[in-house]
Amino acid sequence: MELTGAQALVKSLEMQEVEVVFGLPGGAILPVYDPIIDSPIRHILVRHEQGAGHMAEGYAQATGRPGVAMVTSGPGATNVVTPLANAYMDSTPFVCITGQVATSAIGTDAFQESDTTGITLGVTKHNWLVTDAADIPRIVREAFHVATTGRPGPVLIDFPKDVATDTMEWYWPDSVDLPGYHPPSHADPSAIQAAAALVLAAERPVIYAGGGILKSGASEALRELADLTGIPVVTTLMARGSFPDSHPLCLGMPGMHGNYTAVTAIQKADLLLALGSRFDDRVTGKVSAFAPKAKVVHVDIDKAEIGKVRRPEVGILADCRLAIEALVEVIRASGPVDHSRLAPWIATLHRWQAEYPCTYDRSEPGSAEVVTGGPGRRPTLKPQFVIETLRASTPPDTILVSGVGQHQMWASQYWSFEYPNTWINSGGLGTMGFAVPAAIGAKVGRPDRMVWAVDGDGCFQMTAQELATARAERVPVKIAILNNAYLGMVRQWQHMFYEERYSEVYLSPDLPDYVGWAEAMGCVGLRVESPEEVTPAIEKANDVDDRPVVIDFRTDSMEQVFPMVPAGASNDDIVVHPSQSAPVPGALQ
Amino acid sequence: MSPDHRPNGPRHRLLSVLVENKAGVLARVAGLFSRRGYNIYSLAVAPTDDERFSRISIVVDVESSPLEQVVAQLDKLINVVEIGELHPDEAREAELLLVSVSADAGQRSQVIQLVGVFGGRIVDVGHDAITVMVAGTPEAVDDFESLMRPYGIAGLQRTGRIALPKLDGGSSAAEVAVTATDIA
Repeated sequence: MELTGAQALVKSLEMQEVEVVFGLPGGAILPVYDPIIDSPIRHILVRHEQGAGHMAEGYAQATGRPGVAMVTSGPGATNVVTPLANAYMDSTPFVCITGQVATSAIGTDAFQESDTTGITLGVTKHNWLVTDAADIPRIVREAFHVATTGRPGPVLIDFPKDVATDTMEWYWPDSVDLPGYHPPSHADPSAIQAAAALVLAAERPVIYAGGGILKSGASEALRELADLTGIPVVTTLMARGSFPDSHPLCLGMPGMHGNYTAVTAIQKADLLLALGSRFDDRVTGKVSAFAPKAKVVHVDIDKAEIGKVRRPEVGILADCRLAIEALVEVIRASGPVDHSRLAPWIATLHRWQAEYPCTYDRSEPGSAEVVTGGPGRRPTLKPQFVIETLRASTPPDTILVSGVGQHQMWASQYWSFEYPNTWINSGGLGTMGFAVPAAIGAKVGRPDRMVWAVDGDGCFQMTAQELATARAERVPVKIAILNNAYLGMVRQWQHMFYEERYSEVYLSPDLPDYVGWAEAMGCVGLRVESPEEVTPAIEKANDVDDRPVVIDFRTDSMEQVFPMVPAGASNDDIVVHPSQSAPVPGALQ
Repeated sequence: MSPDHRPNGPRHRLLSVLVENKAGVLARVAGLFSRRGYNIYSLAVAPTDDERFSRISIVVDVESSPLEQVVAQLDKLINVVEIGELHPDEAREAELLLVSVSADAGQRSQVIQLVGVFGGRIVDVGHDAITVMVAGTPEAVDDFESLMRPYGIAGLQRTGRIALPKLDGGSSAAEVAVTATDIA
């Protein structure tokens, strides 16, 4: 069967069971958009290529399947660099197809030419420039294989226009031949034995669960390990939801804005079981002072992560789920596990939890004490209260998406995650503007789930044009803007570290008019200014199922994220909420 | 060249990297080094006897990053098939030098004599300079270079080190042979 390169590309995507492509056509990719009309693959026409990329990421994180975006050459390709970099940092499987000028024009500074494979070299797991239509099925197969196996990540296929119009004899390769690519799978049994011995001997162990738990589908295995051993679990920003917050052994999020117990448990631990986590600087703080007494077992599928930041006593190069299952099996085989050994440790953790919960100055409906601005003014609306109320007003399996900044930290702190893949955010790259398009992608992938984005006013303005996409494609996402009229996290740093000299962080609560913006995009727009209005507005939004809803929550501008470990400081120097008495440095148990 | 900048100084380690012989592979390798802040001291690349693969010999400056991290990151490149570290005492190493030396009629015979000692070859002769090619172990090439320096060097190009593991039962005689062989 003879096909054009364009037809072969679309057919190859069908062979990979792609159900949706997020994209925007242009000159160089035009030939591929013709067979798209006849394909069962759904195409979602975005308003900006960055939106296509983040939608593909949101889709991938919600479904576990690779997200696909397709854009044109030159500016189309450069606009998708940020999502590629984001997916690279967060190990999200993402296949990006970019148009390219004809092979004969490459290198001539042709119209809309850019060196796309060169530009994206450092932000993709691998990329390909197709130079022969006959290579298309092989390259597509390789691209999906690389994106989804080992440590997942973004890949890019650069597709010149003449390759799209050339013809080829259709085939589908039955295997992938990449002589330099052998992702690890099972753990070395002797390493598992060594890890088990450390687990059974530890008195203050902590499981430090990272995004690898979700990527490898290890949530069940993790739960089994925790239940079997009685070891408490911290879940990093990328791992929220991988272990239920309601589980008695769940300590929540560690790191710069982690809760006191999660942060301090790691600091005082004698054993850290790092499972699919990468000792990110936002978790470790000052590395030399991080978990100083802990032996480390580090399970990762990426060899370069093992020992990159912290040299482990036992390094285990393996798929996280397989390694955890093997560890469970070995521990189980060693006889009944005595949990009483850990009782003093667990008691200490409980004491910390009681003493230092995440907290804020409450101004719930009816509470009169926190009133700002004098007579006639309403109680200040606290962003944390909005998130708590949203959690209480939505189904347990709601998918929560966030942008980057204060609202992201509050969302992680105050939402209660019960299921894997219900939390989608930009962790490693910290991409403002991620939430709106990622939420759309998540909802496209999981139409059965309620999808809420918690966004900042600064973030929202970066990518909110995609609400037009959501409306046109009937993707009923719900966006809660925590509108504090500032680039809040930057303002918080200027407050704490720059003597309250606020430089270029004020945005205004009214400009733009977020309700007007929502309505102009065909969405429902609501505004909430007081605590009393929060629940009714959320309920109203939950009832809308045919278009997106945007709620402009006017929140307290001065609110700060606590706890906080100042950048570069030791986690021992954690700053708790001002209402809590500062912990005594060095105090243990 | 200060002692620790010599290729065999403690900061330098030699990696032999087998890669797929595909467009852009060298850019991927070089890009990885610059992106992660690793330093390349020298690099030599050419296809192997199997045309599907090329071998890159990289002398890495390990002061900036531990070698094991460099290797682990390199290994993640899809086109990188195999990486080995070659320790100087377990490898046969060679390097090629081209140097144009100022040598008037009075000095020319001294230079030619030294070229002979190092098993090199005169490849070009001008009125007041000659160009010489010397192949040998990197140390021999270093020595030759420093012997030429007093005469005045007008131009110099070294290839960077290439290497293969020593053979089982291979003797140091082989090394002598490398130095002495006229590889042209």
